[in-house]
Amino acid sequence: MEMPRHWRLKQQRYALVGEVCPHCDGKIFPPRDVCPYCGGEAKTAYTFSGKGEVFSYTVMRDAPRGFEETVPYVVALVKLQEGPVVTAQLTDLGEEPVEIGMPVEMVTRRIRQDGDERGILVYGYKFRPVMR
Amino acid sequence: MSPKKLARGVALVGAGMSKFGSFKGKSSRDLFVEAYVEMLESVEKGIDPTMIEALYVGNYSSDLFEGQGHIAPIMASWTGLSPLPAVRVEDACASAGVALREGILAVASGMYDVVLVGGVEKMTDLATEKVTDTLATAADVQYELPAGFTFPGFYAAMATAYMNDFGATPETFMKVGIKNHFNGSMNEKAQFGAKISTLMEARRASAAKKGLPVPEWDDELEFLHDDRANPPIAWPMRLYDCSPISDGAAVVLLVSEDIAKKFSDTPIYVAGMGQASDGALHDRDTLTSIPAAKLAGEQAYKMAGITPAEIDFAEVHDCFTIAEIIATEDLGFFEQGKGWQAAEAGDTSRDGKKPINLSGGLKSKGHPVGASGVGQVVEVWKQLLGKAGDRQLQRKLKYGLTHNVGGTGQTCVVHIFERRG
Ligand SMILES: [Zn+2]
Repeated sequence: MEMPRHWRLKQQRYALVGEVCPHCDGKIFPPRDVCPYCGGEAKTAYTFSGKGEVFSYTVMRDAPRGFEETVPYVVALVKLQEGPVVTAQLTDLGEEPVEIGMPVEMVTRRIRQDGDERGILVYGYKFRPVMR
Repeated sequence: MSPKKLARGVALVGAGMSKFGSFKGKSSRDLFVEAYVEMLESVEKGIDPTMIEALYVGNYSSDLFEGQGHIAPIMASWTGLSPLPAVRVEDACASAGVALREGILAVASGMYDVVLVGGVEKMTDLATEKVTDTLATAADVQYELPAGFTFPGFYAAMATAYMNDFGATPETFMKVGIKNHFNGSMNEKAQFGAKISTLMEARRASAAKKGLPVPEWDDELEFLHDDRANPPIAWPMRLYDCSPISDGAAVVLLVSEDIAKKFSDTPIYVAGMGQASDGALHDRDTLTSIPAAKLAGEQAYKMAGITPAEIDFAEVHDCFTIAEIIATEDLGFFEQGKGWQAAEAGDTSRDGKKPINLSGGLKSKGHPVGASGVGQVVEVWKQLLGKAGDRQLQRKLKYGLTHNVGGTGQTCVVHIFERRG
């Protein structure tokens, strides 16, 4: 991915910042300035709590480029408490088996090393099991 | 709202496809010509190519796969059809299905009487990891890929949710693969046109020849459970749950209904069609259904004025084995959550009540992504006309359906074809 795009998406990636719709109060992620629930304009920033549960997941054995080092790793769709589902890696799993419905919370971690020549380290959100 | 209708009827009077596979010596244009020539020969009463007025060609990414953009005019030129208008259509793996729809709309509009629709993809020039990267661009590169997902991963997450909700097991998916390879073993155009049992024996023979220990597998399922023979790609999807990387092309000839009998005594009519779009996988409230496929199917049934029960057979988008099970539910063949039981019971096999993927599907026949949607139509055309050779379904066939999906369901397009009399 190109440098300007990393910069553009930095806020969403680091802090899980989306939007809230002033018309229907829908919480929106990824932010897109038009509410997917009611179609109204929605440009008010909203920081998600980062709490949610595993909606579904898979264990990646055959990784795309940039992720080979971390195989096997778990990628998931996480349903946030506020409604939207985000696509993210799970981390800090330890011995705990992953299950649909498992409570998780957001953390910021290194995502990947991008490109051989530039070697940019990309950081962003991952989710870990909620400490009990 | 009254059902949508075409302004005038459209019929298929010819169809052809290249062999699907991995062809070092052939580029996309060569494959397209191969399919085109077979199509010309298939027109019962012949076709003068100068009658063809426009070309719509589905192609996902010749730019990245071959380093060649702007391929529609090249396909026109290589088939001797310049200077006709040539249009490329891109909707990921649904490119050809959508190209077909555009061609149908163009004929129905009255603008053209004779239109060529095709699809082509040349994928095997690139190394596997670059193919994976290229296919991945059909997902949301800003919000899905940074997590380390791939297409097998997305469908695996759908499979995980499906197993959790409805009680299917990884073995269900393996049975879909076994069925499709069995069907594909009767298809001379298939890339992996061999039964799983044949592939298993080949592997044993190869081990014996190399002087290695010969693996013992009791049956196809045991073979598919073996991590060495069938490595996990993204749990629960293993290698044999995934369609292959393929080269191939397919074309069909569309004409307006009023002139169809000039080309064939038995034209195959477009009875219904539907198309819908959707956001990324995380923008949906379900992972066990593809909402856009359901919508596309409903539109097509309404337009045809028929129910799912009246469909005699279907070619569905089995890019992964789980996708076939979900497709059979989205299309209303089986209730939501029951498709896996129907698959296990053999309802979707050749002898079952709803044969699915008689061609072998994308799984066995191959999946040249931008060609697959028209490849499906070639099979339906052949089956409806009794031209499918060894794999011809021996029953009276009236309606065949095609279901073509782009990405994880961001684009879905469904067509229903009818043989009258
Ligand atoms: Zn709203």
